[in-house]
Amino acid sequence: MSSSDNLLVDTTTRIFQDLADPQTVNAATNEVWKTELWTALEESALTLAWVSDDRGGGGANLADGFDILNVSGRFAVPVPLGETLLAGWLLDAAGLPSPPGQMSVAPARLRDRLTIGPNGTLSGKALGIPFAGSVGFIVALADQDGMPHVVQIAPQDCTILSAPGLSGDGRDAVTFDSAAPVAMAPLPANLGDQALGLMGAAVRASQIGGALQAILNITTEYAQERTAFGRKISKFQAVQHNLAKLAGETAAAVAAASSAADTIQTMEDFNDSVFFETASAKIRVGEAAGEGAAIAHQIHGAIGFTDEHVLHRFTQRLWAWRDDFGNESEWAVQLGNFIANGGADELWPLLASR
Amino acid sequence: MSQAINFDPIRLPPEAEELRLEVRAFLAEEITNGGFDPTATIMKSGFDREFSKRVGAKGWIGMTWPKKYGGQERSFLERYVVTEEFRVANAPVTAHFTADRQSGPVLLKYAPEHIKLDVLPSITLGECCFCIGMSEPNSGSDLFAASTRATATDGGFLINGSKLWTSNAHQADYMIGLFRTSPCTKENRRHGLTQFLVKLKQSGITINPVRNMAGKHEFNEVLFENLFIPEDHVLGEVDGAWKQATSELAYERSGPERFLETFYVLTELVRILGDKPDARAAEGIGRLVAQVHTLRRMSVSVNGMLQAGKEPVLEGSIVKDVGTLWEQALPAHARNLSAFIDSNPTNRAAFDELLQFATTIAPKLTIQGGTTEVLRGIIARGLGLR
Ligand SMILES: Cc1cc2nc3c(=O)[nH]c(=O)nc-3n(C[C@H](O)[C@H](O)[C@H](O)COP(=O)(O)OP(=O)(O)OC[C@H]3O[C@@H](n4cnc5c(N)ncnc54)[C@H](O)[C@@H]3O)c2cc1C
Repeated sequence: MSSSDNLLVDTTTRIFQDLADPQTVNAATNEVWKTELWTALEESALTLAWVSDDRGGGGANLADGFDILNVSGRFAVPVPLGETLLAGWLLDAAGLPSPPGQMSVAPARLRDRLTIGPNGTLSGKALGIPFAGSVGFIVALADQDGMPHVVQIAPQDCTILSAPGLSGDGRDAVTFDSAAPVAMAPLPANLGDQALGLMGAAVRASQIGGALQAILNITTEYAQERTAFGRKISKFQAVQHNLAKLAGETAAAVAAASSAADTIQTMEDFNDSVFFETASAKIRVGEAAGEGAAIAHQIHGAIGFTDEHVLHRFTQRLWAWRDDFGNESEWAVQLGNFIANGGADELWPLLASR
Repeated sequence: MSQAINFDPIRLPPEAEELRLEVRAFLAEEITNGGFDPTATIMKSGFDREFSKRVGAKGWIGMTWPKKYGGQERSFLERYVVTEEFRVANAPVTAHFTADRQSGPVLLKYAPEHIKLDVLPSITLGECCFCIGMSEPNSGSDLFAASTRATATDGGFLINGSKLWTSNAHQADYMIGLFRTSPCTKENRRHGLTQFLVKLKQSGITINPVRNMAGKHEFNEVLFENLFIPEDHVLGEVDGAWKQATSELAYERSGPERFLETFYVLTELVRILGDKPDARAAEGIGRLVAQVHTLRRMSVSVNGMLQAGKEPVLEGSIVKDVGTLWEQALPAHARNLSAFIDSNPTNRAAFDELLQFATTIAPKLTIQGGTTEVLRGIIARGLGLR
């Protein structure tokens, strides 16, 4: 996130503050607020930020989109904003218009692959698809004769095995069995599974950075309120040191995510720099998510383990998000092989080039 | 929401990247000519006055300082590039780096004009080496417990007492020393300390070696016995040194030297794991590289803040905290990841030697320049907890 003079960031922040305050929605007895939140995001052209103006989108640049996602992370976004942004980006890249409403993307795991048969229908299985059961469309990346295509599919045309996932937002197993597309078009040759994996990873990295920023604030404030042994717990050195560690993890996550977002914004292609920065970011934010969530829970004590407290809204999403579009281990193996292939003497020049 | 921690994705400007090429060419030539030996610099000594003079001749010491003091008025980001390239090349910078990073900026801010004109240009030429005299036998983390006395006398001060752990005191020309000019007060226990410029090679000063556990003589005990320091060698406010510390910290804490001290281990690890590592080794490398990339991006960001005239004390302390822990853990990771490499004598032996050395010096990385615990206290203060 570069600065608060960014209008999109201000707008997004205001909408989330008004309609998705974690405390308020955590206590809500129904989900009307979700509809209101989505409508407001949609009316401000945020959900299709990455779709060009002439295809009905917000026409924002990629960096702005990542800033929006950082804000959404700070509010533990419980609607498919990141997924819809990604779906719109894919459709737009293939020259297709985006429908209104919520979308998700497939695949969301690095090793899942989908294919388009000779009759133009979609087949394959994609695991861990966020919100698959509740969106209007799933936008899939699939291969036809070695060429990547974007396919828009209605959820009723596939088999969805719903599962809540770690966040409760839904991480569904979707089986496409000769599903007939609503729309389909080839992608430019420079985009494909790897590009989607990288974009998805960068989306989650931005959201994790935002969520950790919020967790640091929530946890710092809590430590200054809670009393034990006649003192605020923030006065205990062990607690202070844990908070300092949390600040370090947050800082690393935010730095890694914003650096990757900046790289995707400035590069024309999903080249080695984008791979290097984004893989690094997903690894580092994934590690920070695990470490940060653990510290935040420790400092909150039992109250943080309740349904009533907001902390879990953030920590459960951190755990879900770090798994989406490649976890730390998957990206680390890819990155490690990339480094090994370049050789020892190329390591420093590569680091220094970014 | 209270303050957010932000690290803008600052990129190094084109002039810094041009400078990088120049620096690399210089270093490559030095290595070819036998100007320095990287392995010897790591394992033996990084102190080489002749090398420092050659660096000074390039204008790469004190390069951000005003021209009238011998500086080049270049940016923090240009200095950043010079610092990191020298580190990674394992070049012997010890004779000038302390003055370049720390002592020079203190003089710039607090020394009288005639002293600045006298000392700073010789630093930039690589002809003047500094050491830092803060710690004492009974004052380490708690700097404000320093008890070495500076007693006012005719035209100056008389120093009595001792400093300990003073790196390179035996080879340096000057020390910036922290001495007690008054007792602390009830209201302010930090009151009463003053910074001085101390010329080292004179009577009244005895320097005794303290060998470290790697078998090297780097730090020292420095004894003062009625050493006279003239009045104009006071740096800043008498009794008020505590006010001067904080702004220096961001410079001192956030540089690439705070996470690159054992970087050679990673390079050599990649070398011996080869171009087809198994999944375990590949994952290990990937995680280590992701960490060091992130640290570097954080550190560049902090230097961008410095360039913009900010005082990122919190962010700088975070970089040092995370960075020193990482460079300290690196040898242990490398040890695990290299466990299944065959003992091919041509590369394994060289790697093992470096790894053993890095393992031996690792403990100091989270102690020198302020311990992890002290840094975390500073971060906690930055978070508003103290
Ligand atoms: C290689 C090396 C080079 C050095 N070079 C120099 C130099 O050139 N000039 C110089 O002046 N000094 C130098 N030092 C000294 C260094 O600055 C001190 O060692 C450091 O500040 C810690 O002080 P100490 O060793 O007295 O440890 P102590 O302060 O005694 O600390 C011992 C332990 O107690 C912990 N501790 C202390 N206070 C607290 C607290 N309030 N809360 C929690 N934990 C605490 C510390 O974190 C540490 O773990 C050097 C040290 C090393 C290792």
